[in-house]
Amino acid sequence: MKITVNGEQREVAGPTLTDALDELGYGGARVATALNEGFVPVPARGETALSDGDRLEILAPRQGG
Amino acid sequence: MALILIMAAALWGLGHLMDAPRQARWTMIGLLYVAVLAVHVALPQGHPLRAATGGSAGEWLVLGGLLGLVLAYRKGLARVRARVRPENRPAEAQPGTFATGEIDRYARHIVLREIGGVGQKRLKEASVLVVGAGGLGSPAMLYLAAAGVGTIGVVDDDDVEGTNLQRQVIHTDARIGKPKVFSAVDGMRAVNPHVTARPYRRRLDAEAAADLVGAYDLVLDGCDNFETRYLVNRACAEAGVPLIGAALSQWEGQLSTYAPAAGTPCYECIFPSAPAAGLAPSCAEAGVLGPLPGVVGSMMAVEAIKELTGAGEGLRGRLLIYDALYGETRTIALKRRPDCPVCGDRPAPA
Repeated sequence: MKITVNGEQREVAGPTLTDALDELGYGGARVATALNEGFVPVPARGETALSDGDRLEILAPRQGG
Repeated sequence: MALILIMAAALWGLGHLMDAPRQARWTMIGLLYVAVLAVHVALPQGHPLRAATGGSAGEWLVLGGLLGLVLAYRKGLARVRARVRPENRPAEAQPGTFATGEIDRYARHIVLREIGGVGQKRLKEASVLVVGAGGLGSPAMLYLAAAGVGTIGVVDDDDVEGTNLQRQVIHTDARIGKPKVFSAVDGMRAVNPHVTARPYRRRLDAEAAADLVGAYDLVLDGCDNFETRYLVNRACAEAGVPLIGAALSQWEGQLSTYAPAAGTPCYECIFPSAPAAGLAPSCAEAGVLGPLPGVVGSMMAVEAIKELTGAGEGLRGRLLIYDALYGETRTIALKRRPDCPVCGDRPAPA
């Protein structure tokens, strides 16, 4: 399916958010995720199914100031 | 001589009892002094009245001369003080009241319907703690000081370095080597002498964070490391003080307001753990666009003024991402984490 990741079009297989993160190379990374502008906490990622046209935001925490 | 001094004191005390103005009391004492001098000049040597009032006019003249010197010095000092230009006068000692000229200074705020005189007074009475006098803290502090926030504290343990000046606009070339907190205080006072600026030159530990945070109405976190971010978040959550946290690297900045006491998420709800060392590089390692902290730090000041005045809709429960490279901002809705070790036990208000 086609989804938007951080503003860019990407093709992922899914079906869950956890799977997509693995595909995109974020498996195990400590990132925050938001699907269609709504925050998805880590424990909920495995149960969150993706669908075509979803907007996914992957947020790496920044430390700079 | 003692007799006359006691008489002078009695005159002063009597005047106080009768509520006589100070000037009248000084006049009475002056008359007494002139009378004593007259006695010494008019009466012959050895006269009992002369003997009872000190014996010679010389001592009285010396005493009078000393008093005259003190008065002249006070008068001179008052004249010098009166000549100090209004912008150079020290800030009003009384907290929460506007000094002469301050209303004019904030006129553009006061005409804003959402701030007005009431909001400006709230800013004047407010105290804000800024953690980190770096890229984010620089514009945030300058704008908060300019906006008339009454008390601004700043914590940092670094000195100003040449590599800071590409983006940390509160510091100047001439202040390289100076502790950042003192340079920041200089910068704020240069913009607005009516602000009370408090420098804390130290690295925050848990104990200091709890003490400091509890003494402020609002905290702005623009520090440069995860350890301090988690520490400040925990201290704010425990003290019930709202926290505006921002972070950035390279071309992207993130900003949110964390107020778990009001039922919205805290920093640790969103970022439960820091990335492994090396995965989230610091500005020194990864680089940062100079104006990026200018944008995001100014946004912190905007959100701070909204929090303090109650204007508009703040960033509680929302995280704003500014992507400078593509000129985009995105906002995502945040949720509390019920098992958050910092704020999870706290029941949300009904």
